[in-house]
Amino acid sequence: MNLSREWLNEFVNVTASDKDFAEAMTLSGSKVETTAVEGEEIKNVVVGQVKSLVRHPDSDHMWICQVDVGKGAPIQIVTGAQNVKENDLVPVALDGSTLPGGKEIHAGKLRGELSDGMLCSFAELGLDQRDFPAAYADGIWILSDDPELTGLTVGEDIRAAVGLNDHVVEFEITPNRPDCLSVIGLAREASATFGAPLKLHTPEVKGGADGNLAELLDVETPADDLVPRYTARMVRNVKIAPSPKWMRQRLRAMGVRPINNIVDITNYVMLEYGQPMHAFDYRYVKGGRIIVRLAQEGEKLTTLDGKEHILNANHLVIADESRAVGLAGIMGGENSEIVDDTTDVVFESACFDGTTIRKGALALGMRTEASAKFEKGLDPMNTLPAVDRACELVELLGAGEVVDGVIDILNFVPQPTVLTLEPDKINALLGTDVPKDEMVRILEQLDFTVEGDRVTVPSWRGDVRRMADLAEEVARFFGYNNIPTTLMRGQTTLGGYSAEQQVERQLGASCRAMGFDEIITYSFISPTYYDKIRWPQDGQRRKSFKILNPLGEDTSIMRTTTLPSMLEILTRNYNFRNKSARLYEVGRTYTPSGKDGLAMESKYLTLGAYGDMDFFTLKGAVEALLKELRCENISFVAVTENPSYHPGRCAAVWAGGQVLGVLGQVHPLVAKNYDVDTELYAAELSLAALMDAKGADPEYVPLPKFPAVTRDIAVVCDCAVTVGALEDCIARGAKGLLKEVTLFDIYTGAPIPEGKKSVAFNLTLRADDRSLTAEEADADVRAILELLKSELGAALR
Amino acid sequence: MKEQLAKIRTEALAALESVKDAAALDELRVKYLGKKGELTAVLKQMGKLTAEERPAMGALANEVRAAVETAVDKASQKLEEAALELRLKAETVDVTVPGKAPKLGHKHPMYMALDEIKDIFVGMGFTVLDGPEIELASYNFDKLNAEEGHPSRDWSDTFYFDADSRVMLRSQTSPMQVRAMETMELPIRIIAPGRVYRKDEVDATHSPMFHQVEGMVIDKNVTMADLKGTLNLLAEQLFGKGTVTRFRPHHFPFTEPSCEMDVQCHKCGGAGCATCKGEGWIELLGAGMIHPHVLEMSGIDPNEWSGWAFGMGLERTAMRRFKIADLRLIFENDVRFLEQF
Repeated sequence: MNLSREWLNEFVNVTASDKDFAEAMTLSGSKVETTAVEGEEIKNVVVGQVKSLVRHPDSDHMWICQVDVGKGAPIQIVTGAQNVKENDLVPVALDGSTLPGGKEIHAGKLRGELSDGMLCSFAELGLDQRDFPAAYADGIWILSDDPELTGLTVGEDIRAAVGLNDHVVEFEITPNRPDCLSVIGLAREASATFGAPLKLHTPEVKGGADGNLAELLDVETPADDLVPRYTARMVRNVKIAPSPKWMRQRLRAMGVRPINNIVDITNYVMLEYGQPMHAFDYRYVKGGRIIVRLAQEGEKLTTLDGKEHILNANHLVIADESRAVGLAGIMGGENSEIVDDTTDVVFESACFDGTTIRKGALALGMRTEASAKFEKGLDPMNTLPAVDRACELVELLGAGEVVDGVIDILNFVPQPTVLTLEPDKINALLGTDVPKDEMVRILEQLDFTVEGDRVTVPSWRGDVRRMADLAEEVARFFGYNNIPTTLMRGQTTLGGYSAEQQVERQLGASCRAMGFDEIITYSFISPTYYDKIRWPQDGQRRKSFKILNPLGEDTSIMRTTTLPSMLEILTRNYNFRNKSARLYEVGRTYTPSGKDGLAMESKYLTLGAYGDMDFFTLKGAVEALLKELRCENISFVAVTENPSYHPGRCAAVWAGGQVLGVLGQVHPLVAKNYDVDTELYAAELSLAALMDAKGADPEYVPLPKFPAVTRDIAVVCDCAVTVGALEDCIARGAKGLLKEVTLFDIYTGAPIPEGKKSVAFNLTLRADDRSLTAEEADADVRAILELLKSELGAALR
Repeated sequence: MKEQLAKIRTEALAALESVKDAAALDELRVKYLGKKGELTAVLKQMGKLTAEERPAMGALANEVRAAVETAVDKASQKLEEAALELRLKAETVDVTVPGKAPKLGHKHPMYMALDEIKDIFVGMGFTVLDGPEIELASYNFDKLNAEEGHPSRDWSDTFYFDADSRVMLRSQTSPMQVRAMETMELPIRIIAPGRVYRKDEVDATHSPMFHQVEGMVIDKNVTMADLKGTLNLLAEQLFGKGTVTRFRPHHFPFTEPSCEMDVQCHKCGGAGCATCKGEGWIELLGAGMIHPHVLEMSGIDPNEWSGWAFGMGLERTAMRRFKIADLRLIFENDVRFLEQF
């Protein structure tokens, strides 16, 4: 919402600088986005008078002018324009002047002749033909040809001369305050903010045009629940012409293009009162009947912008007896538009249901200034003053004759909101000590009526419904920044992190300690990502929550796996030519099995890496994480059937009977789907499973008092025998003295026979109550070796 | 004899003073103090002295022995020190050769900001809540006073999973307020961080997915002054002691009165610069007193209880904190970016 300060001053006299004005208004709740001064880029451009002009000796189209700019002797300016005559008053950009867009004008020579500046067109001053309809579109702006530009003085600054110096303040108005989408609404706020009186004006209409309104016009509102109020008046013998300069100037400052007097009046009233208005050409309102109804399915209407719409039964239209002539609250129809030969006009000033207008505008993709106002819910009491104001302006501009009387259909019972003023409760909520008198003063300057404890809310403040709303009004003008700052009192609460949150933090810290960087990936993916990770077409896990209105295919379903998100980021880093990457994320998957039709949202710790990574480094990282959580009975089981992973380099990790997740090298065909030709690694661990597998808090175990005996053994076995099986066998073979088994070598090749391998372990044996003798240790080792031999055919090397 | 002893002392001390290595020292020690050493040899003559002379001479002899022994120890220590010094010199490294650092991973900057905020509130007795991202519109909107017809409910703004607009991706963390009110015992102090989703195309300041943190307190006699006090504390913890804030009236359907909190621009101190777009202030968060109707809808009597709530965007906070100019960097996850934090 743009606001002209010149217009504002008609209602409240505020002299604060733009900066101070912006700050004060912002702090009282009308947030200022920007302030600007019209034409502020224009510097050193003045009104000049052409004293004489002669042809340029070296050009067949340029003229050399002597121009009086009010500085003694005339200056010489060369122009290529053909519309300049002696004695014309013209805008002159002097040497060293600037024009909109930062353009600088300097003295120079044009084909050998000195030009000490430039004569300007209105376009060069950032203006539009609509702003000055009398000006020539092509050529220099001849100010003296415009009857509306009077009292011009040679040498005067051009901005003052043509009225291009208004201060414009841009507000961000919150949706609860549609009343502030108007000059009067903001004037009321400014009045309360600056303590300056609000000067409102009651429109006065002379009327007296021929005809009886009741005979000329009939209005029906069959969709009465969507039309709280419909007010209309008529103007006859209209003379369509440009509106006067002062009106065009205000419209321009507020960002509205002038069109003609009637249309400009509707826009002017909308800006001033916040009440959207529409003007119909009476000729095209067939039968003199206006019917506000829902559209028929498939009904067609071409709006003022020339676009044809096919409507449905959710759209509210203004119709005559045979067809729609406007989209209610959004835009008028082309078929009843005000044109140059319009003579009779119907002004509509109505209140429509906000939601219906909003949905209609949204469905048709045409949110207009009017619809943006209606959708917030307007004050139905505003329609009458607004339509009267429009008629008053018609008379003021001499644009036509107003027919006596008003058509005013009320489909609601006006009932003001009355609240009880409870100063104690307001102070208790705010933590303040504002006296009641002060509260009353604040409310009254906002046009609330206070009688004793009874507060009557003005009709335009539909947002004020209860004590808390009054508290906000008090707070706004008491000053949010005058409310004290206190610390919380009351009962203390324990607070803190849940067990799961603690584990999440712990896992993150461990990942980082191992060189993994944290990433954040989108929760939504493309359905094609399941193809990329080679999931079977009919797989259950493909069943995903599908967004019905996604931004695009790429973000259209909620992932049921975090793997493709991780692969996408690995790929991106690979494409950025980063040599290696180790990444982790604690992220969610969303499976359609939750309560209330919601998802089952499960968290996963996902690791991903390439470059400085191999299977055992990744496995080691997973083992370290599990150790950190003191998980017990961990085992890794080869997985050959997971389509996303390398069939020979993938393992499921188990804690006892529970799967914690999967890890391994990403299947080369998956990597290929991502156009990556290096080995990618990933691990997916369920946070819920990790929580279950998490060991108890540590309990101190006495440090060994007696020395350990270590023994190295190397056994030769079939290549197919796993290290896991060997270790398991060693653990079972020992007779209670074995404390630790550490693999330290796997060897194949001569002299080990083909198909066999040599596996070497370091064994640590110890008794808790005595120093072991070599014989005791050896006895245990022998037992281990016997079991290795008998169970796995692994013989001591 | 007395002269002999004096001579031994003088000679020995002089020799020990200038001894050059351990072998020479040992030789001197043997020469003077050894069983066959000079001092022993002198002492062997004690027998020739009279009974009267013996004690004095004995004392003198012991004194000389002690002096020589001390000198030997001192010389030995000096030699050891010299040897150590030599060895250390030989072991000198070039300290400018790069260290062998283990590669540490890095926390994502958004989570750095979030973790800091969590710690601040946990320290004040707040519980950290997690909740569903696929949420019921009734929690995201209705129970927060954003009735049917509220613009944020439009399909152009919010992602939906069903034609009835019943199940959606939460557009704010505020539904966690309702979930907390419905499930927790009063008084309540919670924060609820998490992902939220809005239908915004990706650009330098927008993303269809981002993170917010919600905070809420419900207790008896909670005031707007408390809200200001707590949020000022948050601003100081995040941006340093003495951070200046201001509160502006604003509108949210689920709070009344509502406000936004600005932090004075750290760069220009409020004068206006490029960082704060000339305003002197940077918007940090939205907050307010919980709307009495919102309390009522969750079965809490607004005459007995009051509360405040705030919500802030985390990416924006992280971007401000670390001077990250483009939101897309946050979700790009380039390790060259991540490893800066």
